Amino acid sequence: MIAMGGARLLVERNVRAYRRQWFVFASGFAEPLLYLLSIGIGVGELVGRIPGPGGELVTYREFVAPGMLAAAAMNGAILDTTFNFFVKLKYQGVYDAMLATPLRPFDIAAGEVSWSLLRGAAYSAAFLVAMLLFGLVHSWWAVLVVPAAVLIGFAFAGAGLGATTYMRSWTDFDLVSAALVPMFLFSGTFFPLSRYPGWFEWVVKATPLYQGVALERALVFGALDWTTPLHAAYLIALGLVGVRIASRRLATLLTA
Amino acid sequence: MLESLVDATGLTKRFGSFTAVSGIDFHVQPGEAFGMLGPNGAGKSSTMRMIGCVSPVTEGHLRILGMDPAVDGPAIRARIGSVPQEDTLDTEMSVWDNMVTYGRYFGISHALIRERADELLRFFQLIDRRDDKVDPLSGGMKRRLTVARALINQPEMVLLDEPTTGLDPQARHLLWERLYQLKRSGVTLVLTTHYMDEAEQLCDRLVIMDRGRIVAEGSPRELIDRHATREVVELRFASTEEQERSVPLLEPGSPRVESLTDRVLVYTSDGEAALGLLAEHALQPTSVLVRRSSLEDVFLLLTGRQLEE
Amino acid sequence: MRAPAVSSLVERELRVFVKIWHASAFSAFGMPVLFLVAMGVGLGGLVDDRPGAAAGLSYLHFVTPGLMVAASVQQAAGESLWPVLGGIKWDGRYVAMVASPLTPVDVFAGVLAWIAIRVAASTVAFLLVATVLGGVVSPWGVLALPATVLCSLAFAAPTSAFSITQENEVPFAMIMRLGVLPLFLFSGTFFPVSNLPGALQPLAWLSPLWHGVELARHATTGDAHWADLAHLAILLAWVTGGWLWGLRTFPRRLTP
Repeated sequence: MIAMGGARLLVERNVRAYRRQWFVFASGFAEPLLYLLSIGIGVGELVGRIPGPGGELVTYREFVAPGMLAAAAMNGAILDTTFNFFVKLKYQGVYDAMLATPLRPFDIAAGEVSWSLLRGAAYSAAFLVAMLLFGLVHSWWAVLVVPAAVLIGFAFAGAGLGATTYMRSWTDFDLVSAALVPMFLFSGTFFPLSRYPGWFEWVVKATPLYQGVALERALVFGALDWTTPLHAAYLIALGLVGVRIASRRLATLLTA
Repeated sequence: MLESLVDATGLTKRFGSFTAVSGIDFHVQPGEAFGMLGPNGAGKSSTMRMIGCVSPVTEGHLRILGMDPAVDGPAIRARIGSVPQEDTLDTEMSVWDNMVTYGRYFGISHALIRERADELLRFFQLIDRRDDKVDPLSGGMKRRLTVARALINQPEMVLLDEPTTGLDPQARHLLWERLYQLKRSGVTLVLTTHYMDEAEQLCDRLVIMDRGRIVAEGSPRELIDRHATREVVELRFASTEEQERSVPLLEPGSPRVESLTDRVLVYTSDGEAALGLLAEHALQPTSVLVRRSSLEDVFLLLTGRQLEE
Repeated sequence: MRAPAVSSLVERELRVFVKIWHASAFSAFGMPVLFLVAMGVGLGGLVDDRPGAAAGLSYLHFVTPGLMVAASVQQAAGESLWPVLGGIKWDGRYVAMVASPLTPVDVFAGVLAWIAIRVAASTVAFLLVATVLGGVVSPWGVLALPATVLCSLAFAAPTSAFSITQENEVPFAMIMRLGVLPLFLFSGTFFPVSNLPGALQPLAWLSPLWHGVELARHATTGDAHWADLAHLAILLAWVTGGWLWGLRTFPRRLTP
């Protein structure tokens, strides 16, 4: 983390840029909460008890809340590192200006990811508080929910940043939503994998969001087993690969 | 005499408490090139927008092609062409589609549009770029496309709001040349500019505007004759002291002597005679320029040297 | 407002659209269908363990019209925010339009006509897929199409009347997040409004989306009510109100 000196400067820049749009930042808290109220509580009323991660029967809102937390961590990280990152890269020339200073491409990649993770941590912590208030938390392991959300954010921020350096135009962002929306809907977020045919279950299990959802759900219910550290390792690996690709690509894109 | 195309009396435009155009009178005759010259904020664009029927008249009388813009806006706009200050090209489309789409706004048939668009793109040297998007075009090309597009309805009168601002010299000259050809073909031009050379090149008649009013009117030559002298002498001195000494010596022989921070301007009928006065007192300027006076001198005399922003 | 004027504006939009249709195909069509499969079929399986929970309907039948109208409204809202501001602020194409014989009111009518066409096209596609998936019970379901278009215009008319008055896009993200998203989640789309806490139910009645969803649901399930006349009247009132507002804001902005 010695190399984080430059990244810190970039985070500072983003904080300064956001200060004038604090309400945009604040409204980020509302989004997952609204989903929790609508799908978790509203639709939850319509659903009976379903099997939780440890096999015991749980209410729908208990089931869906950790899934939403994971999905929100994914969405936030992707928004920051694809859409917002692309605007800065292509249109605002923010990075061209930065590279004219002692900052290196790696600082930019690491800085954007750190910034995204800081925001993600704030949002997840707020969501965890909401879950506590609704009585949806059952284990002390839940203290690890926020760090786990940061891991999910890290995985998707790395992947998003890496992918964005390959994007040519806005049209390519359709690929982002084409990858994200199915993951959001089908990664065990809203209903258990038991609803799928056997082979499809394995496809879903390979997606990073499923890894995140499974990790969060295990922590919230305190149902940890040998797969729990594997989920975490998967997310860290994905994030590292993404950041590595992104900083290499940035070096060629910006210093060419 | 033919009826005038634009007939304005006491024309006024106010935005809230701010008066942009303050009771001006002017008329534009068919076939002429009529210019409005003035510094930024003089009210030129506001006047143009009223003539283009895209800004309601606050007060006064305005008739375009004999019609009232408040009642017949669409019918008037169908017969004029408009080139606004900022290019308003459709950036989501190609050069060709810009022409076609704009023509369709006039209700012109596709067949007729194709014929005219082809001709206009050739005339404005854009035919090679017909399938390109608008964004990568140079400033000069975008401007020519905006003018070409404004001609798609074969207008009787074309409004050009600062047609060459921001263009490089080659691009300006090409556009001037085309506008001149257009004028020769009988199209009436109404243009605003703050370039004196543009006004001298293109306009048969012009008004000089300042702070919402017309301060002078006439042909470029008339304005120079009326408001300036035949020659202008520009003098620079080695020291401020020498400059200060020279001014009272020059004043008796010339209608107007202007002492600026870096030089002295002498408006006179005979530049050589003025220089002779200095030589008599052994004053030696470091540089001397005797030139014919231009519209720029008229403009600065009438609107002042203060920067209006 | 004259018909040929509006058709020349629709022609402009079509000319742009045929070149970039694929860019919006996923968000306009693919996304709602994925939501339908996830919610109607996946989540629906859980809901239907308790028969009659969703207003006496199977969950797929309940959620199909909800998703259809909600997706259209999101599309309509998006189309009446950024593109409308862009027309005056970014490329000035509206300025060019009003320099031709078109009037500001023609421009406003053109915006709404194009939104209606776009929404109608995606709704037809969605209705077909939903019918194949078994989400539409009654042949009266075809009436869900006009209901959806009307509901979209109930959003688009006031939203575009507002957008044209703006100087930048900062408020738009807020409108989507704090305006459109809550409506999407709580207007009887995913669960019956009667399941909301009593105090919040009157708020749902204010939402044009709820009236649209009710109309569409009564069409797809072939279950008409006298109350539908009221829903219709309220939606028409929203469209009229938005139209009257736009009659003031468009001329004021485009021909100051």
